[in-house]
Amino acid sequence: MGIMTINGQRTTFSDENNVLEVIRNAGIDLPTFCYHSELSVYGACRMCMVEVEGWGTVAACHTPPEDGLVIRTNSAELRHVRKVSLELLLANHERECTTCSRSGSCKLQDLAQRFGIEHIRFGQRDRKSPIDASSPSLVRDPNKCILCGDCVRMCEEVQGIGVLDFAHRGSQITVSPAFGKDLGDVECVNCGQCAAICPTGALTVKSQTERAWRAIHDPDTTVVVQIAPAVRVSIGEEFNLASGQSVTGQIAAALRIMGVDYVFDTSFTADLTVLEETHELLGRLQNQEPLPHFTSCCPAWVKFVEQYYPEFLDNLSTCRSPQQMFGSLAKHRYSQDLGISADNMYVISVMPCTAKKFEAQRDEFQQSSRADVDLVLTTQELARMIREEGLAFEHLEPTSMDMPFGFATGAGVIFGVTGGVSEAVLRHAHEEITGRQPQPKAFEAVRGNDGTRRVDLKIGEQTLRLAVVNGLAQATELLERIKSGEESIDVLEVMACPGGCIGGAGQPIANNRQQTQERRSNGLYREDKTLQLHQSKQNPMVRDVYQRWLGEPGSAKSHALLHTHYGSRRRIQGESMDIASSKKPAAVEVQVCVGTSCYLKGSLKLLRTLTDQVEAADLTENVKLRGAFCCQQCASGPMVIVGDDVVSGVTPGHVPDLLQRIREQLELPVS
Amino acid sequence: MLNTLEDLQQLSKRCELHRNRHQSRIAVCAGGGCSASGAQQVYESIRAELERRDLLNTVDQTFSEDACSGITPLGTGCQGFCEKGPLVRLEPSGTLYTEVSTDDAEAIVDSLLSGTPVSRLLYLDPTEKRSYEKEASIPFYKLQSRITLRNCGSIAPDDIREYLAKGGYQGWANALERTPDRVVQEVLDSNLRGRGGGGFPAGKKWSIAAGTDAEQKYLICNADEGDPGAFMDRSLMEGDPHRLLEGMLIAGYGIGATVGYIYVRAEYPLAVDRLRHAIEEAESLGLLGTDILGSGFSFSLRIKEGAGAFVCGEESALIASIEGRRGMPKPKPPFPAVSGLFNMPTVINNVETLANIPDILQHGSAWFRSLGSSASPGTKTFALSGDVENTGLVEIPMGTTLRELVYAIGGGVRSNADFKAVQIGGPSGGCLTAEHLDLPLDFDSLQSAGAMIGSGGLVVMDEATCIVEVARFFMNFTQLESCGKCVPCREGTRRMLEILQKIVEGRGTTEDLDHLEEIGSAVRIGSLCGLGKTAPNPVLSTLQYFRDEYLSHVVDRRCPSGVCKGLRRFVINEPLCKGCSRCAKACPVDAISGTIREPYLIDQDKCIKCGACKDVCNFDAVEEVA
Repeated sequence: MGIMTINGQRTTFSDENNVLEVIRNAGIDLPTFCYHSELSVYGACRMCMVEVEGWGTVAACHTPPEDGLVIRTNSAELRHVRKVSLELLLANHERECTTCSRSGSCKLQDLAQRFGIEHIRFGQRDRKSPIDASSPSLVRDPNKCILCGDCVRMCEEVQGIGVLDFAHRGSQITVSPAFGKDLGDVECVNCGQCAAICPTGALTVKSQTERAWRAIHDPDTTVVVQIAPAVRVSIGEEFNLASGQSVTGQIAAALRIMGVDYVFDTSFTADLTVLEETHELLGRLQNQEPLPHFTSCCPAWVKFVEQYYPEFLDNLSTCRSPQQMFGSLAKHRYSQDLGISADNMYVISVMPCTAKKFEAQRDEFQQSSRADVDLVLTTQELARMIREEGLAFEHLEPTSMDMPFGFATGAGVIFGVTGGVSEAVLRHAHEEITGRQPQPKAFEAVRGNDGTRRVDLKIGEQTLRLAVVNGLAQATELLERIKSGEESIDVLEVMACPGGCIGGAGQPIANNRQQTQERRSNGLYREDKTLQLHQSKQNPMVRDVYQRWLGEPGSAKSHALLHTHYGSRRRIQGESMDIASSKKPAAVEVQVCVGTSCYLKGSLKLLRTLTDQVEAADLTENVKLRGAFCCQQCASGPMVIVGDDVVSGVTPGHVPDLLQRIREQLELPVS
Repeated sequence: MLNTLEDLQQLSKRCELHRNRHQSRIAVCAGGGCSASGAQQVYESIRAELERRDLLNTVDQTFSEDACSGITPLGTGCQGFCEKGPLVRLEPSGTLYTEVSTDDAEAIVDSLLSGTPVSRLLYLDPTEKRSYEKEASIPFYKLQSRITLRNCGSIAPDDIREYLAKGGYQGWANALERTPDRVVQEVLDSNLRGRGGGGFPAGKKWSIAAGTDAEQKYLICNADEGDPGAFMDRSLMEGDPHRLLEGMLIAGYGIGATVGYIYVRAEYPLAVDRLRHAIEEAESLGLLGTDILGSGFSFSLRIKEGAGAFVCGEESALIASIEGRRGMPKPKPPFPAVSGLFNMPTVINNVETLANIPDILQHGSAWFRSLGSSASPGTKTFALSGDVENTGLVEIPMGTTLRELVYAIGGGVRSNADFKAVQIGGPSGGCLTAEHLDLPLDFDSLQSAGAMIGSGGLVVMDEATCIVEVARFFMNFTQLESCGKCVPCREGTRRMLEILQKIVEGRGTTEDLDHLEEIGSAVRIGSLCGLGKTAPNPVLSTLQYFRDEYLSHVVDRRCPSGVCKGLRRFVINEPLCKGCSRCAKACPVDAISGTIREPYLIDQDKCIKCGACKDVCNFDAVEEVA
């Protein structure tokens, strides 16, 4: 608490973290590139320099507020520093603004305009770095990077992953994944928050609108579009409508004008997810395992578990995400209704999310080389297509979505906000357990903005221990507490992005991130309130789907279409490698670990000896020999796995023993 | 093992006694400069000579209880007069031999025995044309006052008894008799200012950290000496490592730190070895460890070798580096004294600062304040280099004038050339001109002249130096060493270097000079850390004092000192040209044409200024004009 003087105006402050926040609260938009209240203070862009009487020129972002400070935010010297800094940044920035997807939402462009930078006097960018388009979700263009480090801190501090960091120094400095690898080759979970916070076009959402147009304009293809809940309360921002204002009807209208055949709602499959997931959860609660039950709607979270916590893979709900449930039903059931081949149907999702692009490409969701979901567009991309079509979006006459998948309850709609999945499942679980529908506000305790929200809720006789998390760094913290036994819970909902899907990286770029997220989430809750139905089970179209295609939640049919399993991605992506593969079904699988530690202990030589002796013993036909990447028992390597037997500390001298084991498993006479 | 203060005093007395009992020594300088000119071989030859005559005594024998005779050869740290190395000093006489070679061993030993100096090995003053026998009487030494370098060059650095014999650890003994508060107060009273260049009062740093409550506090010695040409800290660590350890021990006690780090460049392997050895010695004597001398105070020291990034000399980058993170400065506040290493209160002092501490505690703050100038008490070490007669390591009272340093101690500009400027404070400092020669060297005077005392690098430049090229050299250094974090430093130094490059290549314009000043001032005001804030100094100060020289480059397209190759012009002096065509054949770009037996002509537009024509001409007909 105190008073300071800002540009001659007395300004009170309370609990602001720094002078910058006080100045902004006083209505002065002091520019920054590298300051974000949710990230640590970095102090690199030097745009928020101010003059403090008695102290001289300091950066406001790392100056603590003090009573009695006399501050000037603008002066000849400060303007000079800002303008020169901007000019220097622009000199090293690839200024291809016309073809940049961030033109119009670029902070550098905005500030260059504001400060009236008319030409660049000092040099040009001297090297052209290759563009990294290896990621399914994001594009990295180092030529546009202004090295503010926002992405680095976002990935490290909010998501706890640290895929990006600085490399080299001085003017050679770059932001890059480790060892200069491409984004697609590292442990990026595709959440895209780096792109959401990037002030320029250095990290952008991979645009795939061309593919969408191609499908739409192909007369032989039936294009089916699903719209995720969070899209309806944000796309309007791109057309000067208030964030949080629901524009479902305009989206449907726009897509129809553009030539899409059917427009459906992902909230519908969210309702379906509620039924399937509640069924699964109640089963787990009954058997007391495996608990906690993890939600699996968020593909970034799923990949995160696969990479860092494979020991929790069984805790992940087997339910496919609403997007993939939709793809599966559309391709394998609805196409039959339409009397067309699945090959002639093209399913496009419109998602707030960049990771959904990755999810749609996962092996689990491909059937005979065609994907269940052919293409994922983000909110940003759809907005661009609407603009390309030339539609005055804000004036479009709203239309309804198509049936059968165009009908959703409020429970399905709130999937788009953190805590929404939990609330929807709790509503249904309450009805399943007690036989009664819950009060409308019964589960509002799970709502909120905190990174981790722990609530205990009583349903009937049962107390459900719940944790709702957004941001993967928070998830790491909680998982570690669960592992150590400090925390025990029954249900864990994790959404990678701050605020849940409404804060997804595919959403329109927001200037004031926190405020925008709040408005979007209010929008979804409002939609829930105004819809007639709030319980997923009441969705007549969901009932219809069970009646016609699935039977009941958890049935074999629903498992085939709506569930899946995920696998470990620890250490090295991909499968072990075939050394000698036998086609005999009865052949014994022998894996020799060739991970770093075992390799250094001589596993490659072991593998060669084994290959030779298997051949010499005439067992080639009976052995599938594979090189495995890390059995994670590095201390006792080299490791060999024969069928189900795990053998440690194997040397070439042990090969006869291994052959013995192989014979035993083949039930061949032991020599 | 020393368990009490009493034990320490007894050991010190014993060492002093032994040392005094046996005084005949031949101290061979084994500092960086002398080693490079063959000091190791000189030492070996003297040792062999002593062995041959059965006169060899060793440092170890010196401190044994048995009476010993003979002469002790020893390799010492830097004796300072690098220009005249290898140096050999005789003790107890104090005779100094310069430019000694291996052939001189016999004569040197003879002279020690006879007391008659070898006159050909004595220092000959080139201006006065007289030679000096005693080290202390040579002007280079006479005008210095060596406090931190007192032992450097006279003791064997790898034996703690040598240090103890010279009153080592007496400051620590005095500190232990006071409360930590009183120790901090003594340093505050001394007004010792940070020798790393900033000049921030060391006592203030200490009292902030001392006054901050924390479970753990740290002391860090910044030994990341990185200025080109600077070797003060290195010499101190190599020549008198225990002085640094003692200073750290006192500082740790004062602020309440139990762990100290020495962050030293890995490029200083000898300093690292010496420090490690000194730490082991101190540990085995119980001067480091738990409950030191029964005081209840515990202190341990760790060495962290830096990987060579200049920016890691900046406090917060240094801390990041010790923590295992990328060496990049962090915004302040919080200051390290409040939240530093591992977020704990941390005092970071430079080597020379800490090396002053033992004397301050031993002789008192009043004594210290009696040295130097009132606002900058004490002494300062400088590494004197460039176009000066006596290059080397010197320590002078603060407030000594530049003229005294360059002319009286440094012996003036080499080859009697005209003085042009000094670059002081390395890449962070500025250039001073002849008009500054009577400027007292202290923190405040230099700052007001647009330079800084820096860590103590001082390069003298004569008239043949191109000042623009000097500015380019330092800008190239800071540009390469910028960490790349903040915009003004990363982008600004790069563009300033580009412009300077353009100017020395003869493509500059007057607008470029304005751009240099514009960017330079933004970098100075806007940068995050000291590296960036001071990076433009060499350019801005030379622009201020040598603007004409810049203008010659950009307007007249000539480099007055003829250094900038891009601005050279080769012309053929027609009367001398015989028309032999050798030059035309040698020209790699066919810029020379003519008719045989008639004067040839150089096409200036085609000429790449390589000088090949001049090299091949047999008649000196090709002339280079500035």
